Amino acid sequence: MNRPSARRTVDAIWRIEAPKLIAALTRMVRDVGLAEDLAQDAMVVALERWPETGIPDNPGAWLMTVAKRRAIDWIRRNRQRDDKYAELARVSELISEDDMDKALDGEVGDDLLRLVFMTCHPALSREARVALTLRLLCGLTTEEIARSFLTSEPTVAQRIVRAKKTLNAERSSFEMPSGEELAERLSAVLEVVYLMFNEGYAATSGEHWVRPLLCQEALRLGRILAELAPREPEVHGLVALMEIQASRLRTRVGDQGEPVLLLDQDRAQWDRLLIRRGLAALERCRKLGRPLGPYALQAAIAACHAEAPASEETNWIRIAALYEALSRQAPSPIVELNRAVAVAMAFGPAYGLQIVDEIAGLSALENYHLLPSVRGELLRKLGRYGEARLEFERAAAMTRNVREQELLCARAAECDARSSD
Amino acid sequence: MRFMLLVKATGCSEAGVPRSPEHRFAKEASLASMAEAGVLLAAERLQPSSGGIRMAFSPEGEPELECGPFPADSWLLAEYLVIESESMEEAIGWARRIPAPGGCERMEVELRRLEDKAHGPRNIGLENDLALQLGMLRQD
Amino acid sequence: MRFMMIVKGTTDSEAGTPPSPELLEAMQKYNEELVKAGVLLAADGLQPTSAGIRISYPEPGGKPKVVDGPFAEAKEIIAGYTLIEVKSREEAIEWALRMPDPHGFGQGEIELRQVFEPHDLTSEPEALAGQAALRKQLDERRRP
Repeated sequence: MNRPSARRTVDAIWRIEAPKLIAALTRMVRDVGLAEDLAQDAMVVALERWPETGIPDNPGAWLMTVAKRRAIDWIRRNRQRDDKYAELARVSELISEDDMDKALDGEVGDDLLRLVFMTCHPALSREARVALTLRLLCGLTTEEIARSFLTSEPTVAQRIVRAKKTLNAERSSFEMPSGEELAERLSAVLEVVYLMFNEGYAATSGEHWVRPLLCQEALRLGRILAELAPREPEVHGLVALMEIQASRLRTRVGDQGEPVLLLDQDRAQWDRLLIRRGLAALERCRKLGRPLGPYALQAAIAACHAEAPASEETNWIRIAALYEALSRQAPSPIVELNRAVAVAMAFGPAYGLQIVDEIAGLSALENYHLLPSVRGELLRKLGRYGEARLEFERAAAMTRNVREQELLCARAAECDARSSD
Repeated sequence: MRFMLLVKATGCSEAGVPRSPEHRFAKEASLASMAEAGVLLAAERLQPSSGGIRMAFSPEGEPELECGPFPADSWLLAEYLVIESESMEEAIGWARRIPAPGGCERMEVELRRLEDKAHGPRNIGLENDLALQLGMLRQD
Repeated sequence: MRFMMIVKGTTDSEAGTPPSPELLEAMQKYNEELVKAGVLLAADGLQPTSAGIRISYPEPGGKPKVVDGPFAEAKEIIAGYTLIEVKSREEAIEWALRMPDPHGFGQGEIELRQVFEPHDLTSEPEALAGQAALRKQLDERRRP
């Protein structure tokens, strides 16, 4: 095997096996930074041996064996340093390596879940949680993480170092939270995953090619979580939401040959496979028989659009009801704006306008061109052309998108013509 | 939380008086310890203001330009650092460890908290849904 | 990047012989691994060609010709597929190599192909080069 191809193959194997390795090692040594080092040590050995011996049939087991041996060595060498290591060393002497293998194998899923909860620990800042999760669970390099979030590599590297130090200071960080704390932690985990997805999904101009990667990683992590925590409805809700939103993403090739995300409004182009997966995830969520949470509600709305064969057949009444529930659970000006559109489509523009007027003064929407865009459309439908024209002009001044500007100006001109009839 | 440490200019920094080797060494060490702790985000020295330009913008017309050097009052900067820390107290702690040049006039550092980058997590999904739904509202 | 692992037909799959319990369990376990890793998009088995039809187009612009199965060459037949989403070609190869031998009696064969994504359709030479690279890497993996 020539060297470059060996490196990339080992990278692929790392991506598949690393989270499980790190999770199991963290259980052994109770130090996530050390666990990552031990796992990487095992990979270095692999890179030295495999080009001669060939890649083993079960590379995961091979790596786990090498890494665990090093972990046991490390524990024995450091037993004097700390109580916890002394205890672990004592335990490791009593249990044979075989027994330890058996015990650890049975807990892989559990370990992985604990690792996820660790990387999203409340003691860490949001940025630190995202960086650590991308590093330990998705196997992204520091460079890839930095490019995804448009920050510098040293910043990300330092963030990860500090995060590991903070977790070590938190003695209980490997313990599985329970009860109310579990619900909070899970919520933090889902927030981290959706944050990743959002970053990848932002389809503004000049996006770096790594962003589609972020969407993929978030989706993948969500799917993994759905298997690790299958009885949590919001996990399935989030997966459903991401699958269906991803179905609308397409890529085109940019100037440098890099893929650039585009949001597709043409439903004929939506990926039916991802929509099917999203609907299946939503079904899993519903089957758990609990009221729909914010992610599930958003997913259900996205499902309504995905299931309508043509936009004329959209079930707006159902969508309006879902937004109403969402506005009670996770209120925000954008939710209200969406709700106003749904209500207008379901019950008439006057009702939609009422909702828009309630949020019209909010500072959060000060520079948001879609607010006057929506208001303009509703006023136009109500025959209030003079007022509509003003809204369209205001919206046109706020947006930097040339096509949107043209559309809004055309709308304003049309209203102008009508109001002078 | 992010903080900016603004180190003010002095007559010495403006005149380009070189720092002593002891001070340079101590300064490097304090920056290194900040970097190791993952606290240091940026640290840069500005060249003396003799090479600088001030621009005064008014509502109408072109901005007015003025060339340095500028008076070394507390408005003039010599250096800046950006650090990440959990609190103002912790930031002050880090700032204290920056060694003063000694000899010259005293060193003055202003600590300012930086605006948070995000207003909380963005929900692109909702924004894109709005674009999609607005598109349907526009059809009639 | 999306890849399809195509499982080729065998005399058993064409005869409708059900897979052995061991193979069934191995396949199920493998699929579970794909799901747990978050990479599985879809997987299906195809019924034997005795229930299938072949449509050919002998005359350009003319009527298609319809022929009922079964069809003779078992190894040119597709028995099933698995669709995965991965970060690199190497990762796809890794997963393909972990698939249990679909037949167990020397007829087992899996083909690994990258799926065109919308932007690929405008850069065909790139896609073809990709296929060649993939084939080369698979060959290299088989030699230690």
